[in-house]
Amino acid sequence: MSDCTSGNCGTCQPAVLERLGLKTDRWDFVVALAGNPNTGKSTIFNALTGLRQHTGNWPGKTIARAEGGFSFREKQFKLVDLPGTYSLLSASPDEEVARDFILFGKPSVTVVVVDATRLERNLNLVLQVLQITDKVVVCVNLMDEAKAHGLTVDCRGLARDLGVPVVGTAARQEEGIDDLLQAVFAVASGATVCNPYQLKYEVPGLRGAIETLAGMLRRAFPAVKQESWIALRLLEGDARIVDAVKARAL
Amino acid sequence: MKTIEPEQIVETAERLRWQVPHNARDRWVELVYGEAARIAGRNVMQNGESRRLPWERKLDWILTSRWTGIPVMIGLFALVLWITIIGANVPSGLLASLLVDKGYLGLKELAAAAHFPVWLSGLLFDGMYLTTAWVVSVMLPPMAIFFPLFTILEDFGYLPRVAFNLDNLFRKSGAHGKQALTQVMGFGCNAAGVVATRIIDSPRERLIAIITNNFSLCNGRWPTQILIATVFLGSLVPPVLAGVTAAGAVLAVALLGMGLTFLTAWLLTGTVLKGEASTFSLELPPYRPPRILRTLYTSLIDRTLIVLWRAIVFALPAGVAIWLVSNVTVGGVTIAHHLIDGLNPVGVLLGLNGVILLAYIIAIPANEIVVPTILMLTVLSTGMTGVGEQGTGVMFETDDGSLLKLLATGGWTTLTAVCLMLFSLCHNPCSTTIYTIWKETKSVKWTTLATLLPIGFGVLLCGAVAAVWRAVQ
Repeated sequence: MSDCTSGNCGTCQPAVLERLGLKTDRWDFVVALAGNPNTGKSTIFNALTGLRQHTGNWPGKTIARAEGGFSFREKQFKLVDLPGTYSLLSASPDEEVARDFILFGKPSVTVVVVDATRLERNLNLVLQVLQITDKVVVCVNLMDEAKAHGLTVDCRGLARDLGVPVVGTAARQEEGIDDLLQAVFAVASGATVCNPYQLKYEVPGLRGAIETLAGMLRRAFPAVKQESWIALRLLEGDARIVDAVKARAL
Repeated sequence: MKTIEPEQIVETAERLRWQVPHNARDRWVELVYGEAARIAGRNVMQNGESRRLPWERKLDWILTSRWTGIPVMIGLFALVLWITIIGANVPSGLLASLLVDKGYLGLKELAAAAHFPVWLSGLLFDGMYLTTAWVVSVMLPPMAIFFPLFTILEDFGYLPRVAFNLDNLFRKSGAHGKQALTQVMGFGCNAAGVVATRIIDSPRERLIAIITNNFSLCNGRWPTQILIATVFLGSLVPPVLAGVTAAGAVLAVALLGMGLTFLTAWLLTGTVLKGEASTFSLELPPYRPPRILRTLYTSLIDRTLIVLWRAIVFALPAGVAIWLVSNVTVGGVTIAHHLIDGLNPVGVLLGLNGVILLAYIIAIPANEIVVPTILMLTVLSTGMTGVGEQGTGVMFETDDGSLLKLLATGGWTTLTAVCLMLFSLCHNPCSTTIYTIWKETKSVKWTTLATLLPIGFGVLLCGAVAAVWRAVQ
């Protein structure tokens, strides 16, 4: 790749981002942006779409989901900015919006934006997202802040541990956005196949119940991949999931 | 293998739910946390001392400690207001002389040269153009200073600290601590603040947040506050102290709004919205160096121009309305005179006057045009004439000194100014906000309450202030 300078030789196509703003009438791929509050999701959203969604340094700024578009390597992407959440397990409206979109919206790629300076807490959400979908790119944002704090984040090590592409960015300085686009494109087009690290439900008393339900789900819905997670939601009495199962809308 | 019906799965889940130990979910969450900690520990290295943490801690200590947090907060808002008032004076005068004095005269001459009928040139230039020019010259400079300053504070990460400082007060009044954030949003725009209450899970606390959001002075009302405070209260003291006095007065009104928020929340909690405040965890995000240029750009585009555009869109038809009521006569007297005379007794009782009340009626679509409407109506009702044949509904002098003279001729006193500032804080939300409240609550009852409650407070406050003021004099 590095020897090639013309950009037309076929091994690396010209990778030019074209920001499409609100033009999302037709698209090839849907990309969801998830992440903890205040990790810079809206900044990344703006960098990719050219939109100027208001950004602010406080949690809970994006309440509904915002949509925008961009084009990369002749493919149209629709980008959906989900509300910032710490987990996907509770019943609060913002977590419901994020959870439902990842599960029912079936995005081609889910980009989980994490704060490089607070990686431990942010990885909780990543692990939960990996339970629901395998097409994930982790974007370790605020790398500049991490540097200022004297922290080094090993993105390759993270990618190995999580089984999905991991890209470091400093979105406020527009650093790493190209790498992020390449990773998103690769996962969306199938060039990169993820092998997500999925936690087993190794809790006594819970595992058996989940296995029973998952087995039934596999037989009723052979196409569904995240049957264990759906089983967990059913055990928790998540009304949306119960309705979806009843309506065969999985 | 026989197929499985979805209902069977749901039934099985309901049966199994009772066999799962009650702490299973917590155990699962612990598992996730433990795994996250393990992966993070393997891939994050701390090399050397952090360059950020010590000063961040010190700053957080100053900005959020029990003793210094709230005084620093009030001081910062006062500083922002003072810079706005001092800075907006000169450009406001320049814009007014350009748009109102020169631009208006030029347009009138053009109209005369093109032999426009009197009514057409009146409607177009005395009505639409002049009101719009007024809105631009009165509103643009303060907004172009206030919003960027506010956005820089926001970008820096100060807003969550404000929420942290106010959390205790909100909890004590029975509201949700996150309401601090939605109230601060309301300082920009109440409609946006009402939408932002979605971050509050509990429906009870969300309703409180929606109903009280109007007590945050929105950007349509900041210019009114700033202008009236500068013109009237600033002129009461020596020129050196004028800026500080005006800023102090505006700050006092803003703080009164916060006080009313707590009072209303407490009243609602004790009566129609009984309940306990729920707890939540608030993360104080790290400080980030604000990107000054980007902030200037986005706050100019996102806030200043959008708000200004909205004001202009509403000012155009309002200009027509003003021109019509001041030029169409019924029984030899203009409609405006009838209305002003009718409203005047009520207005005087509230320390205001008929002109102000009529202006609030004409300006229901948008708070932004209240002051220009008042000025136009004052010119009309005092019979002051500008240049031109019809004279009514037209004014030219705009710098602060002559504005004071103009309003004094209209019967304004310091009491009028004080009551107008209070009424501007406490009156019904603008039409956009009312619509937003209805959309968010889907309830006529709560929308009506949110609309009428502030007017109730406004009438009580203004009436009381006027009564006490007159008794003392």
